[in-house]
Amino acid sequence: MIEFLMHVEKDTVGVAVVDIKAGTQVSGRTLHGNAKPKLKALMDIPLGHKIAMQDFKPGDTVIKYGEDIGKVVAPIKKGDHVHVHNVKTKRW
Amino acid sequence: MKIPTIKGYRRENGRVGIRNHVIILPVDDISNAACEAVANNIKGTLALPHAYGRLQFGEDLELFFRTMIGTGANPNVAAVVVIGIEPGWTQRIVDGIAKTGKPVAGFSIERFGDIATIANASRKALEYVQWASELERTSCKFNELYISVKCGESDTTTGLSSCPTVGNVMDKAIAMGGTASFGETSELTGGEHIVRAKAVNEKVAHQFDAIFKDYQDMIMKEKTDDLSESQPTKGNIRGGLTTIEEKALGNIEKLGKKTKFVGCLKPAEAPAGKGFYFMDTSSAAAEAVTLWAASGAVVHLFPTGQGNIIGNPIEPVIKISGNPLTCLTMGEHIDHNVSAILRGEMTVDEAGDELIDMIVRTANGRLTAAEALGHREFVLTKLYRSA
Repeated sequence: MIEFLMHVEKDTVGVAVVDIKAGTQVSGRTLHGNAKPKLKALMDIPLGHKIAMQDFKPGDTVIKYGEDIGKVVAPIKKGDHVHVHNVKTKRW
Repeated sequence: MKIPTIKGYRRENGRVGIRNHVIILPVDDISNAACEAVANNIKGTLALPHAYGRLQFGEDLELFFRTMIGTGANPNVAAVVVIGIEPGWTQRIVDGIAKTGKPVAGFSIERFGDIATIANASRKALEYVQWASELERTSCKFNELYISVKCGESDTTTGLSSCPTVGNVMDKAIAMGGTASFGETSELTGGEHIVRAKAVNEKVAHQFDAIFKDYQDMIMKEKTDDLSESQPTKGNIRGGLTTIEEKALGNIEKLGKKTKFVGCLKPAEAPAGKGFYFMDTSSAAAEAVTLWAASGAVVHLFPTGQGNIIGNPIEPVIKISGNPLTCLTMGEHIDHNVSAILRGEMTVDEAGDELIDMIVRTANGRLTAAEALGHREFVLTKLYRSA
């Protein structure tokens, strides 16, 4: 049983594949590769939403698919919910 | 992989269709009523009402004619009745469709009125539908199907499951010698470097660069904010997608792992040969699929996360979803459920093989969810205001 998936090992966020409850220990794996990361969720993370695999500070870049998906605009702790409240596009 | 056999309709020009529609095609918005009346009179015909066709000019007018002629010329269409307000543009569309060799007739309303036009066009539609109803499916090859691909209401599950499944099918279908097309110019933003690297040569890469830049320039000129809630959409955000870059990287999974694209197409332009093509399209589902149908595509693969319900009147749209909540709450819209990938119980390669089987079944006559539910979104792309 896994609670989240990552595309590749260097991704700094994972995707919840079930509804994750704050305070629970969660395990994941990578779609490509053999990493089996574990961490504690600090917030509720709905199915399909992202969980931080590390701490971030404003200005940091978020990596998913091994690529840049945007910039951090509010501090994020490992295990936090990562979404439009703390990450924005670098384009447009 | 062995090339599957399908039962299709081989048209006069040799192209293979998987449906046998007789369509009643309005040239312009004010001829919709007559077309709908004919389709009501003659069962088994299909009117395609739309919002445009008057006072367009320049490149926008060229796109209009390409779309109308291409829709009539699509191999899923057996015969066409065209109705317009005046004879000039009506005949231009009739002549364009006639190049395929299929039966097509035009009627114009001025100097007749709606009632006489409807009567005359209904007699022709009756003749066409009875003729078409006797056409038989014959054995054709899977690689004779021109396939289009585009996702909608995507979320993080599309990038993990349904889009990679379509990418797997693209790798297999193009390796068989098939033809396919992807597009969604604005929705490649953040992954355009990955798409560019998939161009077969530098010339095609340059063509892609120019089309991509043109669309970006249009967005930068017209935008009033960072496009949050338009790109990504509200539905994308609800599903967990945060930025256009993240959305684009999931979208691009549909392009497969090893397939290169061999050319760039204008909206609604037909591919010149076999292979994988980029088409310059909007990312709005109904607009984009209408353009592909007009370019001759006979079946569309549509990954969705949150549950886009789009269909097209002449090109069957196969929905693929890996989002377990969507498959549970709106399963009637989903043709191929790949949520087992998210549970780690199915590989993308297995899901791709199953999707090829679903394409074969659809080609052989199985109605897609969108067809059974009556989704017939026919939406013309308009480049700018009319004169």
